[in-house]
Amino acid sequence: MQGMKKLGVGAVALFLSLSARADFTWNFPEPVTPMALDTLHVHNKFMLITAVIFVAVLAIMIYSIVTHRQSKGYKPVADKAPSTAVEIFWTLIPFAILLLIDFVIMGIPAYHSVVMMEDTRDQSTMVIKITGSQWRWQYEYLDGDAKGIKFVSNLATTNDQMHNAADKGEHYLLEVDNPLVLPVGEKVRILMTASDVLHNWWVPQFGSSRVAVPGFIRETWVQVEKAGVYRGQCKELCGKGHGYMPVVVNAVSKEEFAQWATKKQGEQQAANDVKEMTKDELLAQGKVVYEKNCAVCHQVTGAGLPPAFPALTGSKIATGAIFGADGKYQKDSHLDRVLNGKGVMPAWKATLNDTEIAAVITYERNALGNTAAVDAIVQPAQVKAARE
Amino acid sequence: MALEQTQAAANKKLALKLVWIIAGALLFAFALVPLYDVICSVTGLNGKTKSTPESASQAVVDLQREVTVQFVSSVMPGLGWNFYPKQSSVKVHPGQVTTVMFEAKNTTNVEVAGQAIPSVTPGKASAHLKKIECFCFVRQTLKPGEVRALPLRFFVSAELPKDVQEMTLSYSFFPASQ
Amino acid sequence: MSTTTVAHHDEHHDDHPTGIMRWLTTTNHKDIGTMYLTFSLVMFLVGGSMILGIRAELFKPGLQLMNPEFFNQLIGVHALIMIFAALMPAATGFANWMLPLQIGAPDMALPRLNNWGFWILPPSAILLTLPFTLALFGVGDGALATGWTFYPPLSVQGGIGVDFAIFAVHLLGISSVLGSINIIVTIYNMRAPGMTLMKMPMFAWGWLITAFLLIATIPVLAGAVTMLLTDRHFGTHFFDAAGGGDPIMFQHLFWFFGHPEVYILLLPVWGFIPQILQTFSRKPMYGYKAQVYSLWAIGALAVVVWAHHFFTAGMPVPALLYFMYSTMAISLPLAVLFYCWIRTMWKGSMSFETPMLFTVGWIILFGIGGLTGLVLADVAADAQYHNSYFVVAHFHYTLFAGGIMGIMAGVYYWLPKMTGHMYNEKLGKTHFWLTAISFNVTFIPQFFVGLAGMPRRIPDYALQFAEFNMISTVGAFVLGLSQLLFVYIIISCVKGGKKATDKVWEGAQGLEWTLSSPPPYHSFTEQPVVK
Repeated sequence: MQGMKKLGVGAVALFLSLSARADFTWNFPEPVTPMALDTLHVHNKFMLITAVIFVAVLAIMIYSIVTHRQSKGYKPVADKAPSTAVEIFWTLIPFAILLLIDFVIMGIPAYHSVVMMEDTRDQSTMVIKITGSQWRWQYEYLDGDAKGIKFVSNLATTNDQMHNAADKGEHYLLEVDNPLVLPVGEKVRILMTASDVLHNWWVPQFGSSRVAVPGFIRETWVQVEKAGVYRGQCKELCGKGHGYMPVVVNAVSKEEFAQWATKKQGEQQAANDVKEMTKDELLAQGKVVYEKNCAVCHQVTGAGLPPAFPALTGSKIATGAIFGADGKYQKDSHLDRVLNGKGVMPAWKATLNDTEIAAVITYERNALGNTAAVDAIVQPAQVKAARE
Repeated sequence: MALEQTQAAANKKLALKLVWIIAGALLFAFALVPLYDVICSVTGLNGKTKSTPESASQAVVDLQREVTVQFVSSVMPGLGWNFYPKQSSVKVHPGQVTTVMFEAKNTTNVEVAGQAIPSVTPGKASAHLKKIECFCFVRQTLKPGEVRALPLRFFVSAELPKDVQEMTLSYSFFPASQ
Repeated sequence: MSTTTVAHHDEHHDDHPTGIMRWLTTTNHKDIGTMYLTFSLVMFLVGGSMILGIRAELFKPGLQLMNPEFFNQLIGVHALIMIFAALMPAATGFANWMLPLQIGAPDMALPRLNNWGFWILPPSAILLTLPFTLALFGVGDGALATGWTFYPPLSVQGGIGVDFAIFAVHLLGISSVLGSINIIVTIYNMRAPGMTLMKMPMFAWGWLITAFLLIATIPVLAGAVTMLLTDRHFGTHFFDAAGGGDPIMFQHLFWFFGHPEVYILLLPVWGFIPQILQTFSRKPMYGYKAQVYSLWAIGALAVVVWAHHFFTAGMPVPALLYFMYSTMAISLPLAVLFYCWIRTMWKGSMSFETPMLFTVGWIILFGIGGLTGLVLADVAADAQYHNSYFVVAHFHYTLFAGGIMGIMAGVYYWLPKMTGHMYNEKLGKTHFWLTAISFNVTFIPQFFVGLAGMPRRIPDYALQFAEFNMISTVGAFVLGLSQLLFVYIIISCVKGGKKATDKVWEGAQGLEWTLSSPPPYHSFTEQPVVK
């Protein structure tokens, strides 16, 4: 009995040293939150248990296969079908073993993990809202240093890389233009929702994953313990761009976070002060905004992917009048559609600033094979007015 | 031959009984729709809140505790409105009736109707958020350019589980279907 | 398969039409069984070639062969075909062929219903795949692109492919419900005198429980997709938050059917596996009663654990705990079954013909599927596993190894009885080793790539996943091509080969082995009596 115990301890120690030395490509990536660390422990423990069951049962089977075979002249035991009582007794043994494993050895740690995952006991220091849209993430800081900051995070990998026309970068498909920035060591509550279909915001190293449901709010929390850049992906099939909406989180120290927040708030403030722009300036900026945000569906050429995603080239909306006689924008006009969205088309007013919206609309009306006869140029001031 | 006929009749009889099970299962599928709503409101399965007013008289004030209620707003695609809470969060004692304001503005030049859909997290708190008066009970119609203050009167029931210290109430404004 | 079987049957009886009309109008359980099995084999190859397209695309990072839209269509249709048009018809085919023979009945109880049940299948398979063809002619934008799970709002947003798939699922559902009614009635009313329920072959038990699960859950799926259809076209709001509905409710309805569906696919296999084991261990199966009770227990648990498929959708803690523990409880009756299977082999006199090889391989690989399922039940770790390749690997261990390899064991076991010829043993063994090895080469890397963080259903992936995906694709192609050998073995066995004896296998037990090989067109004109 003593020997068995030693053997068991030895096996566990060996396993732990192996898993500690591994670079985690055979297992979960390195955990950086308490939740992910707990998940890894539970996972390792359960894998070990199931591996022991598997090996033990396999060993018995292999012994039987090698020994009890006809070719070796093994005669079947004259099993005169043992009495039901005896059979039931024997079959209760595996039943009891699994009962112990399920509800004690695995069941108890699993219980604690679940409670931790849904932990609502202490107040979080920061709240952010994440909105999944086809196919990008929108982030909004609801309180703390960064209150009011909101932005869109788009895939940054180029089309050429995806179509093998250029070499793939180190973070192919896992890179974005605006990463989410989080302070290290703080409990951040994440509120999750979606604007169109289901999405799932997932960073493997955080160990939390929650479905974003349009119209409903879900919450989870992360507390990143180590500074670094962490990458993940959308995990719920959300249409053709499902593989192209990565999550990148930049975890920085509290000081750096405060600096970043001040800088970002300043930028957002500056974007609020709109100025008159020339057509060329608008076109140049509009092309950048278009290709980053719109080209996924409407294509770089403006041809779209009908019937799901209409063409912009020659479209009534992109060439027709925007403003009515009263100077207000009309329903179902170009500006209405970009600001407020409709169906599959997202509402951009929450995520693009006045200048960006003015630029992209001007671009769509004067490039992509379009030459709008009326309202050919939209100025940032007009967008600003339309918002209010 | 007679034996075969009784056999066939017995088979038919049993088959018809099974058809009843199938009809029952189909009925069950559609019964699940209202049943799901009931289960949701009892267990907070989906963070739903009641769509009918509660009475303030049931409020028992618990001055020992304080809960943070956070407000979040979303405007869904197709609705040309601005919509936001006037205060991002409030601290309340369970049972204390509180009024908070939201504001909606129609930025388009046509009359538009919208419907607010509430959702609460954590799920276990949703049944304890009692609304006395809410703009989400009916659809809201705004004239072009109209600004409307939307009040919400509510209290958090004193039976709110002890470990919940903060909760979030979210409203998503959808364009109302005609 | 048809030509030679026609010749054989005509020796016994000639009061039925010949040619195509024979197959269209047949009410003979063996003819219908043959049609089910042939249909299943064809659809297995169709669904398999779809997934080879996907594995080819995933061979290396970057988009090589197809755009993401088409990729999404292939994954969903692959799953629907494999589940509804390959696995389920295979099990129904065996039921038609073997249940009357095993329980000593002259035919199935409701022969005409049986004919309709089959002939609904080909049109529904066409409905499912038609949108691919229509898209080539510029009609619609292709097949269902939501995965086989139809989750709204994506499926509400989707094109005509979703409507086609909904109708196909309705038809497939009607077909399996008709089949189930027939099987239940046959088992209850048509058993040979003296064969009490507790003397039935295990296959009959497996199918009886399957049939009850089917008639209880298929209508729920039919209801759910009907609501989806009305949401899409008739302005209802079952799954739309704007109208007071809830997209997550669809997941509850879908998996209320979807989880029992897993056992619907596996219970028939758990029925005939012990029969194969006792045949080749030359010793009666161990723990008959314990097995029957376990099958019932699994059938009952199947309908109360559905929400473990979407833990990450958000649920209150008590619900999470309930679904976690009830899911873990499924391992209890399964442990009993595994114990009985191995105990049947223990101290037997085993020989390893192809059916036995497949059965032993099946126990081991299905064991991996079961154990990873136990780990998946853990809610906290599920946040990581959910919708990752870990899950993909897990359910292929249960449905390919546990389902299709089990069906293959059954095919080799009963093929000599059905055709009257022995298949080529050497080729059969080669087929087993090719399948078992390439299956593991395909799916073991997927466990690791899933743990490392690769989500499922993505057409392209980050560079760190490249090596494992490459290995997996190579494995998948070997696995796929090996199945051509399977087809060849079956065809040559139908055409000819060594004459099979009535008993076929030395240790075979049961009524089906008392008939000639192949059995006469009308089996058991005199009902046997079981003592």
